[in-house]
Amino acid sequence: MIDITNIKLSNAQIAWRAAQDIQDGAYVNLGIGFPEMVARFQPDGKQAIFHTENGVLDFGKAPDPGEEDWDLINAGKKAITRKPGTSFFHHADSFAMVRGGHLDVAILGAYQVAQSGDLANWSTGKGGIPAVGGAMDLVQSAKRVAVITDHVTKKGDPKLVDACTLPLTGVGCVTRIYSSLAVIDVDAVGFVLREKIAAISIEDLQSLTGAPLHRDGPVENLACPKELA
Amino acid sequence: MDKTIQTAAEAVAQIPDGATVMIGGFGGSGAPIELIHALIDHGAKHLTVVNNNAGNGHVGLAALIEQGRVDKLVCSFPRSADPSVFVECYRAGRIKLEIVPQGTLAERIRAGGAGIPAFYTPTGFGTDMAEGKPVEVFEGRSYVQERWLKADYALIKAELGDRHGNLTYRMAARNFNPIMATAATTTIAQVSRIVTPGGIDPEHVVTPGIFVAGLAEVPNPAQEEELNRAEAIYP
Repeated sequence: MIDITNIKLSNAQIAWRAAQDIQDGAYVNLGIGFPEMVARFQPDGKQAIFHTENGVLDFGKAPDPGEEDWDLINAGKKAITRKPGTSFFHHADSFAMVRGGHLDVAILGAYQVAQSGDLANWSTGKGGIPAVGGAMDLVQSAKRVAVITDHVTKKGDPKLVDACTLPLTGVGCVTRIYSSLAVIDVDAVGFVLREKIAAISIEDLQSLTGAPLHRDGPVENLACPKELA
Repeated sequence: MDKTIQTAAEAVAQIPDGATVMIGGFGGSGAPIELIHALIDHGAKHLTVVNNNAGNGHVGLAALIEQGRVDKLVCSFPRSADPSVFVECYRAGRIKLEIVPQGTLAERIRAGGAGIPAFYTPTGFGTDMAEGKPVEVFEGRSYVQERWLKADYALIKAELGDRHGNLTYRMAARNFNPIMATAATTTIAQVSRIVTPGGIDPEHVVTPGIFVAGLAEVPNPAQEEELNRAEAIYP
């Protein structure tokens, strides 16, 4: 099997690629952890408005150390700041934004994504303490649900699979995957390959993917800024 | 009318053993630390607590759990920087856990406060969360029935309050506090400052006083994050 250690995209590069697809003026929720990195790479001239489930819309960057106000945090419990245009609201309103279909994009991490668009990202099913947060609400109701992820697990098993074996977060919800090797859409036929890094062949990419990669047009080169590698 | 209560201790003194208590806050933001600590001092046990999380460190909700007062926790995300108290109790079988998706938790509370016994949500359809719950199709899409959530008491944190119980909040510390205020038989607020009626512009009132039974002034309230950075332990 091909060794992808030295050719795969970095997390910053994956986040950068995902950021390129966010439209100007889009309302966006980024999952806690890795997906938060997407906010760093908003293209010039495009301004997304970020939502955090605990009740803030259009917040500013992290404060300097020592300047934190712990009444002003994001869903990851990290300190944020306010800026002109920020709004605060309670949790029922926050999830009315989510469930009511008002968010344009949600970007989350994944343990597994199935070719049906099913997502598993909240429980490893190993008897750990379950914790779901807002993920189940987001994946069922944002207008577009994208996943950013390594293409395979640390052990090398596919994360893009025929059917999820881990507990589901949502059914048929993911429409695009930004992986460390490719950009893949999920539609009625299953996984559709849109872009791949130049250093991997389609055959090798298929061998690292747990379900067929379909093509319905040209496969573009997935090129990301080298300085983010 | 004067809903002012002199101390946090007096505010929680009537909470009986076995009560269901909603506690506001998202992590430490908006958590009524002084009311929780007063509840620990008061001694009520066999509580069912509704909160987004399961405590952090050894203060606030974590301290209430550590003192063995909580039989059951209803929450969405029992993880934190230091969840050791909850994890130990859970693994030892001393606390029951009901996990609820965060938006469903918020809406169940809102429904409880609004007199709506059940509602349908797309959240959790096709997952373990929907097990045993009625599912219905509306306009071609499947929805899961969820039920209201109510409490005997809500302990919440607000910024300003007047003696009629009108409340404002401070930034993201608002979170679950206004909805919990509506969903409990008795809602107790700790506020940073009590002002005279008229001291809050009616346009700025977030929780109207009808939802609030009593309020205690706690100037300069403790922040869970700062207590944890100082490695505080309560009591």
